[in-house]
Amino acid sequence: MHNMTATGAPQLGEGSAGRGVFTSVAAPAEASKSVFLGIPHLSGTDDVFGEAVELDLAIPTAPKRRTGAGLAGINVSDGLERSDKLALMRSGELGSVHSWELVTAVDGPGSRLTIFLQGCPLRCLYCHNPDTLVMKDGEPVSVDELLGRIKRYVPVFRATKGGITLSGGEALQQPAFVARILRGAKELGVHTTIDTSGFLGRALTDEMLADLDLVLLDVKAGDEETYKRVTGRPLQPTLDFGRRLAESGLPGGVTDGREQGPVEVWLRYVLVPGLTDDFECVEKVADYIAELNEIRPGTVSRVEVLPFHQMGRDKWVKMGMKYLLNDTDPSSAELTERVRTQFRTRNLLTY
Amino acid sequence: MTTTTSPADTINAAWEGFTSGPWQDEINVRDFIQKNYTPYEGDDSFLCGPTERTTAMWGKIADMFPEERAKGVYDVDAKTPALITAHDAGYIDQANEVIVGLQTDAPLKRAIMPFGGWRTVENSLKTYGYEVDPMLKKVFTDYRKTHNAGVFDAYTPNVRAARSSHIITGLPDAYGRGRIIGDYRRVALYGVDQLIAAKKLDLLDLTSQPFSEEIAREREEHSEQIRSLGELKEMAAKYGFDISGPATNFREAVQWLYFGYLAAVKEQNGAAMSLGRVSTFLDVYSERDIAAGHITEEQAQEIMDDFVIKLRIVRFLRTPEYDALFSGDPTWVTESIAGMGEDGRTLVTKNSFRMLATLYNLGPAPEPNMTVIWSQDMPQGFKNFCAKVSIDTSAVQYESDNDIRTHWGDDAAIACCVSPMAVGKQMQYFGARANLAKTLLYAINGGIDEISGKQVSPAFPPVEPGKALDYDDIRARFDKTMDWLAETYVEALNVIHYMHDKYAYERIEMALHDKNVLRTMACGIAGLSVTVDSLSAIKYAKVMPIFDERGVVVDYEVEGEYPCYGNDDDAVDHIAVELVESFMAKIRSHKMYRNALPTQSVLTITSNVVYGKHTGNTPDGRRLGEPFSPGANPMNARDTHGMLASALSVAKLPYESAQDGISLTNTVVPAGLGRDREEQVINLAGLLDATVGTDGFHMNVNVLVKETLEDAMEHPENYPQLTIRVSGYAVNFVRLTREQQFDVLSRTFHGQV
Repeated sequence: MHNMTATGAPQLGEGSAGRGVFTSVAAPAEASKSVFLGIPHLSGTDDVFGEAVELDLAIPTAPKRRTGAGLAGINVSDGLERSDKLALMRSGELGSVHSWELVTAVDGPGSRLTIFLQGCPLRCLYCHNPDTLVMKDGEPVSVDELLGRIKRYVPVFRATKGGITLSGGEALQQPAFVARILRGAKELGVHTTIDTSGFLGRALTDEMLADLDLVLLDVKAGDEETYKRVTGRPLQPTLDFGRRLAESGLPGGVTDGREQGPVEVWLRYVLVPGLTDDFECVEKVADYIAELNEIRPGTVSRVEVLPFHQMGRDKWVKMGMKYLLNDTDPSSAELTERVRTQFRTRNLLTY
Repeated sequence: MTTTTSPADTINAAWEGFTSGPWQDEINVRDFIQKNYTPYEGDDSFLCGPTERTTAMWGKIADMFPEERAKGVYDVDAKTPALITAHDAGYIDQANEVIVGLQTDAPLKRAIMPFGGWRTVENSLKTYGYEVDPMLKKVFTDYRKTHNAGVFDAYTPNVRAARSSHIITGLPDAYGRGRIIGDYRRVALYGVDQLIAAKKLDLLDLTSQPFSEEIAREREEHSEQIRSLGELKEMAAKYGFDISGPATNFREAVQWLYFGYLAAVKEQNGAAMSLGRVSTFLDVYSERDIAAGHITEEQAQEIMDDFVIKLRIVRFLRTPEYDALFSGDPTWVTESIAGMGEDGRTLVTKNSFRMLATLYNLGPAPEPNMTVIWSQDMPQGFKNFCAKVSIDTSAVQYESDNDIRTHWGDDAAIACCVSPMAVGKQMQYFGARANLAKTLLYAINGGIDEISGKQVSPAFPPVEPGKALDYDDIRARFDKTMDWLAETYVEALNVIHYMHDKYAYERIEMALHDKNVLRTMACGIAGLSVTVDSLSAIKYAKVMPIFDERGVVVDYEVEGEYPCYGNDDDAVDHIAVELVESFMAKIRSHKMYRNALPTQSVLTITSNVVYGKHTGNTPDGRRLGEPFSPGANPMNARDTHGMLASALSVAKLPYESAQDGISLTNTVVPAGLGRDREEQVINLAGLLDATVGTDGFHMNVNVLVKETLEDAMEHPENYPQLTIRVSGYAVNFVRLTREQQFDVLSRTFHGQV
């Protein structure tokens, strides 16, 4: 769940002369049968946190072109039959990808290949990348193709102590694909990160967790009510996911005893004036971090407070989507500092 | 009663404590360095800040800058043609100077250097309101021929046409070519008398050979070199120094070396008057003096600070046209710092740190052009210090140690921006650059200039109306037009350098070279990214030509998507590789003056603005007049996959086909490097490791926020020392033309939300 990091990541083409413009198409009805407000439905029971989490996969049908604007250098697997595509997506051999970027210092340590996967179950009011919300708007990319790109940057990762970050959209909406990428990356000795809201934490298997070095956990709000207002979804799955990450590093846990240490968490909090700036709401997030660090000291090693800005607005307009935060001011320096201090007073490394 | 000391005793005393070696029996500075230098593996904690004297001295000169900036020049000696000994000694503050010597008899007073061409001198004087001495004018038009006059006597009509249509621009036919680095260290290590003795032996060898035009020229040049060394001694004597023998301590070593450099900039107004690779050489002297207790660290730094003050105020009298090409009054006093030795030891010394520390002690400045020869193998302490200096000053550029060392050895230095050469053993014939983007337009129009409508390159049928451009057809036409371009370009360069050697020979710089010098013919290309993206559009999208009433294609309609250079996408980057390789191959097929080794650079300096001005609409959507991207940079805002992806595209350009250097300038906002300073330092060092580790040749690094530049445009008075790196050099941002300031602002700022 990539929202408001310093680079801003996926770009609707604003290149000179209009090159590389990403044209998004309105969702045709056939894209996915269980769609609610464009939100892929989690099948199974109504209880999305039940034992088996299955995700409906939409087939990416993005504009036809040899290489996507956001996918420079990555070959797109078009020309496949629809049924073949779906089968490959189910098995995780094919993913719906928005774009990639080489970034430094924003999506984890060092320089990173951040891969933006397409599709997200949340509808955050402030979403910075609304163009990554709908899975079928992405482009089909095979695991081998993406691993080829990762392999190409191994020397870069080594020199900069960086790695890969799977972001989105919501990376965990394509768990089978993500699992294969994480495995492949670990086989190359690459540091792995996912950027997630944790809402689909149950989709992350223990095998995947074992291949994961860092989780950028976006906690959108500290209380149920605000969380629901911001994202349209419940908070509980995120809280559960964080606890599971903490526990995985305890003796006998999935990420215990690894050479690189147990899985690490950087917690991110998007600060939106009038929406997520309530003192108590922030305190609850801070309490939650304290709880995780009580389960396993050092679980959350860094907190990043990301001040809201209006840079994403143009994308909403371009996508023809209704943007509700037109009148929201960017977070002031004072407010940002106040919130950071709330975390810092609990001895958390906070930016 | 007087005692006499033999020269041998003087030399032995000066070399006391040094490890002996072949350097004592021949001119061999590299051997001296290798036998005597002390690699330093630590961090910057030993450094000292500026002394009060240093701060006062810099303050004195800095107080003169506002007036200089306002007037364009502070002062000019309009009556005295420059020679090594033409001017009396000059000082900033004689009583307090640690290192002495100015180009003329007063600071910031510029000299006239008419051997390159009289018109340039006259135009400059008129521009700045100085009277033109009629007698001087008569001398340099009627009595004494100049380089410029010689060139135009020998140019072909073809060359003239190419020149006036701006397909070849910036040629050094009316100004000094520069890019020759004298080995100024020789003056310190050997003293001038030993250098003269060695040159006399070379001359003796030449006089023993029978006449040929080549031998006669060599003899004449060597005689000139020997004469200039005598004048160098004379010039030093005006400042009260006898530099016939070697320097005996650190301060003298810096002073002797500087006198050598000063003689060069007193006489030659070269486009780039680079210093070489002096820091580690000088470290041998500072180590010896500090170990003996003769000087403290603070004094060592003070000497370097004062030296750098002198380097910062080198000035040449130039015309507004020249400034439009190379904006901000650059002199390219390039100093190459650090790197690795062939034996695997690092060349980082404490004095490498001191050189960079002058950017703190005196504040940021564009000169000297601080150039770190970067290797992943250098000590982390130094790498972090470099990153720190870049983040704080944006005044450092980086070039690949690996590329430079494997081609030119570990005692090579950068001339100007990206041109490496073995110091004292190699020089280049600077060739500015040819405009590839305009060449593509000629290919489309059958040799007709898209702006003037004139036939410039050989005629063939233009593309057909109503038909989309066909990649194979355009590529074939382009290839043919490049054949013509290469031939015309080499012809121009051969004429220029023949005449430059004849009428404006760099005698003191060449006196500080070996007898047998490797000469490179340094060609160059501009507009690479525009050309590549245009070809990509033709290949992957549909490009329809639009004709005007003259029947000339003046615009293009592009339908569809195509990949752009700068995103680490092989589908398009391979076009860039192919272009660089094929143009180099074409250049190589021609005969070079004086058997020079042909090379090329992908570098524009700030001339990307002027090249763009003279190039019509291009198939990539760039509009007529819009600047090209600088150097080998991708076009602004088309490199959308991050700074490193952009650098990796550029890194694909093969150094083998661009041995004169490949320039990449990147601007990143501090937050794009890390959350806090420590993280920023480590990440920038990592990025540089990654760049050279993936075969990147060069990276100019600016760490800036856009708002600072915007504010500086509004309130230049508040930013006298704001330094930014453009293609291959650094400038005071406030000294750029407004057009160039906007160009800088329009470039991609990586990592900005």
